[in-house]
Amino acid sequence: MTVPLTQCLLRLIDENYTLTDYQSDIAPRWCTGCGDNGILTAVQRLCRDEQLPPEKTVVVSGIGCSSRFPHYMNAYGFHGLHGRALPVAEGIKLRRPDLHVFVATGDGDCCSIGAAHWIHAIRYNMDMTVLLHDNEVYGLTKMQASPTSPRGLKSNTTPRGALLDPLNPLTVTLGVPNVSFVAQAVDWIPDVLFNIISQAYHHKGLSFVRVLQRCPEFMDHRFDPWVQDPSKMRLLVHADGIQLKPDISRIYRNQETHDPSDLHRAREVASLTGEIPVGVLYRNSAVPCYEDLREGERPNTPGLIRTVLNEEFDKVTIWPEDDVTTEAVE
Amino acid sequence: MTTDLYQETDKTRTRRARSDPSASDSATAASRTSRANSAAKPVVTLKEHIVEIVSDSGEGAQRCGQSFGAIAARIGNGIWTVEIIPAEIQPPARSIAGTSGNRVRLASHRVTNGGDEADLVVAFNEQVLLNRLRAGEIKHNGIILLENKWQNDGNAAIAASYAQVREQVSSAGYRLYEIPMEEECLKYVPDPRRGKNMFALGMLCCIYSFDLDLAREQVRFVFRKKDEKVIDLNLELLAAGHAWAGANLDLKFAIPAERPREPQVVMNGNTALALGVVASGMEVCSMYPITPATSASHYLSDIFEKVGCVVHQAEDEIAACTFAVGASYAGKCAVTITSGPGLSLKQEGIGLAVMGEIPLVVVDVQRGGPSTGQPTKAEQGDLLAACFGGHGDAPKVVIAASSIEDCFYSIIMARKIAENFNMVVVVLSDASLATAQQPFPRPRFNEDWLAPPINQSPVPDGARPYDWDPRTGLSSRFIPGQPNGMHCLTGLAHDRDSHVAYDPDVNQEGIRHRSLKLAALQKTLKAPTLYGDDEGDLLLVGWGSTRGAIEEAVDTLRAEGLRASSMNLKFLQPMATGIKELLERFDKVMTIESNWCDSLDDELIAEDNRRYSSLALLLRARHLIDVDCWGDARGQPLKPGDIVRAARRKLEQR
Repeated sequence: MTVPLTQCLLRLIDENYTLTDYQSDIAPRWCTGCGDNGILTAVQRLCRDEQLPPEKTVVVSGIGCSSRFPHYMNAYGFHGLHGRALPVAEGIKLRRPDLHVFVATGDGDCCSIGAAHWIHAIRYNMDMTVLLHDNEVYGLTKMQASPTSPRGLKSNTTPRGALLDPLNPLTVTLGVPNVSFVAQAVDWIPDVLFNIISQAYHHKGLSFVRVLQRCPEFMDHRFDPWVQDPSKMRLLVHADGIQLKPDISRIYRNQETHDPSDLHRAREVASLTGEIPVGVLYRNSAVPCYEDLREGERPNTPGLIRTVLNEEFDKVTIWPEDDVTTEAVE
Repeated sequence: MTTDLYQETDKTRTRRARSDPSASDSATAASRTSRANSAAKPVVTLKEHIVEIVSDSGEGAQRCGQSFGAIAARIGNGIWTVEIIPAEIQPPARSIAGTSGNRVRLASHRVTNGGDEADLVVAFNEQVLLNRLRAGEIKHNGIILLENKWQNDGNAAIAASYAQVREQVSSAGYRLYEIPMEEECLKYVPDPRRGKNMFALGMLCCIYSFDLDLAREQVRFVFRKKDEKVIDLNLELLAAGHAWAGANLDLKFAIPAERPREPQVVMNGNTALALGVVASGMEVCSMYPITPATSASHYLSDIFEKVGCVVHQAEDEIAACTFAVGASYAGKCAVTITSGPGLSLKQEGIGLAVMGEIPLVVVDVQRGGPSTGQPTKAEQGDLLAACFGGHGDAPKVVIAASSIEDCFYSIIMARKIAENFNMVVVVLSDASLATAQQPFPRPRFNEDWLAPPINQSPVPDGARPYDWDPRTGLSSRFIPGQPNGMHCLTGLAHDRDSHVAYDPDVNQEGIRHRSLKLAALQKTLKAPTLYGDDEGDLLLVGWGSTRGAIEEAVDTLRAEGLRASSMNLKFLQPMATGIKELLERFDKVMTIESNWCDSLDDELIAEDNRRYSSLALLLRARHLIDVDCWGDARGQPLKPGDIVRAARRKLEQR
């Protein structure tokens, strides 16, 4: 049976998800100029390009400015507890490998109150895309130093300047066994940001993307030296990483060919001071995913439950005299 | 073949030892003890006895006790076993605090608790014996079977300590038997630390007139994962102990038993919890190791994968809870198992599940608190934390298991309630149920216990994620994968669309509906039935694991002609309708709990500052009735005798 071309086209349009299909009925309430907006757009673009069914897409977040993210996506969202996005996402993925899981978390959420979960999530290596929105400050609670704030930052809790060196989320992540994907992006190069998030999505395992994002409210001008001087940005290019479009390549001439399988070099690049590396630092597709390791071999059917229960009861049953029939016989 | 030969030998030896001790090998050793020989020892028939076996950690008293209990159960005796557990894995030898072992209460009738003081104790050294004496766990004229090797110990201090305890015990009226256990075992094994327990088991089997073949079967079962040599050696030791006791002890008891008419299963409370998880159809258990809850997860880890399910050991208690919340949100209701300190840490995750209306089962195997408290000891200290622990108004269901059997069925019930009401259900057990063993009728699997498959059908147009029923507060749950159901679940106050609430009325509305769900559940609950008469002078009210001890106390009080009854509450939140009417039928009401309450005997304590036991506080607040309380926070399972005394005092009060 042939179908008229127009009907085919209509059906195609009908089944095709567009950008608006991933936008919720709530307009983002982030500040004007907040880097979170760009990350949201990149993720929506990815969903559109990959044609992810919204009902099969779950965005999990913790608490903080960035964690408002799932409210603005038309997908299943889970805006949970401060620091606990990762264990929630793990629980979701364990029994539902059919779902596409994204995690939106901030530098306070991930690197401070949720630090334990962050380390262990890297180790579990479950197949999900984790976006660390790192603006180096607590925004929603009004300007306190975060673990990634630069030393000397004056904030409401560090009025005489932050005393400690910041934690480096890239080197920490690269130091955890089972790490399988680490990348860094910046909100002010949206094309590369999208490219990296796309690479992260396609990686099987936990892909950790730190996105440096500008906070116009509390950290205005923090990234100006890098935004204004492209030579201070080091773009990591590779056939297995990202490749730059000509127009971007012309602006960002400080490029390094970095093989993402080179963990040692990845750690060196992650430790750079002065320059901000952008690109895929590390990728290892051979690391097993926890959900695959834990996948049950047998389905949880009533018949199987009956059998296993009876097997266990048999081990501890006292039978009435001369009665050894079991109800396990089916 | 080898085993058959050994069995033959054993039987022969046993018979000889019994009929003519002087002719047997074992009888030669008998001359070393001063106790009377037993050629024609009378068998004393008993209704029940409480036996304890204690040793240093690692000497196998636990295994001996468990095996003894299992044999008694198979014969058809009612049993209840209690573990005596030191806090450390390898405590120093011969230390009072390091005492490890088991209490076995065996009776011709069903028993529901560990009972009062022990009638007979087997102790591998005098220090572990002191542990039991100082804890007041041995009857004043009780029988003590004590390893005698210490009397000639090379270390003068040890020999002196032994002599001192021997003197103390004998003069205090205990019936002391000094047993050359080590000496006898050395005939079979080079290191009697491994094997003495089976010798002791053999002695006990002889003393309590157990069938030795049944004992052999049990030993084979216990060592089923070991090789044949090990099994044979243990069987030899068992027979040796049996023969030695037959030849040298004037102790011969029989506790009439009746084989059950229905198949019975024997297990501890934590095993029952784990099997309940399997039977409930839950698919994910997320936990973090904590005493005394962990053994439930150990057992579950062993069997859960057979039904395609997962025990996830999370990085901490918070992750264990939130992992379960995530699993529940996207699938069938999940469970997290913990103990008191873990419950504290899980509170924020529990609050999230309450706010998001995600079904969740939380099992709390309570221990002594606060802080690290008493990890291996029993306490019912978490009731209020379970009901009101988190911040804000977070209504959740709290139920308590009252027996080993109830541990199994409580989980099945909890899963159903959690999923029907989209609520958190906390199941309270405690250390006294966790490791206690008791037979109960073998459950017959019922498919109705299981969770239905998750809904993945499209959500109808216009349906809202929190479409609260104005009468019951209930709403349906949209599960990821359901087309058209996309929404953002949030821990923030939210409206029916799961949008963040900015309007003051919206928060009020959400709280109202979450609260109404408890009332909707409460309307389905029946008033608890009373144990004893429906009216009288004193009603004892308890919850959870103390049920058996309280009911036994009521039996005793009623036998004395006192008008006492008892009530056990399974549902602590919500509480069933009709409880107030039941309380009002009694002149006095007193809760019996394994937790703290201030005593009015203390100088500073008066009615206006007295801190009541948890349940008493709940009952007083809800029913405006003068409910008194009696509590014990010593960490031991409540004893019926103590409850009887407390009840008598209450009845005597004017």
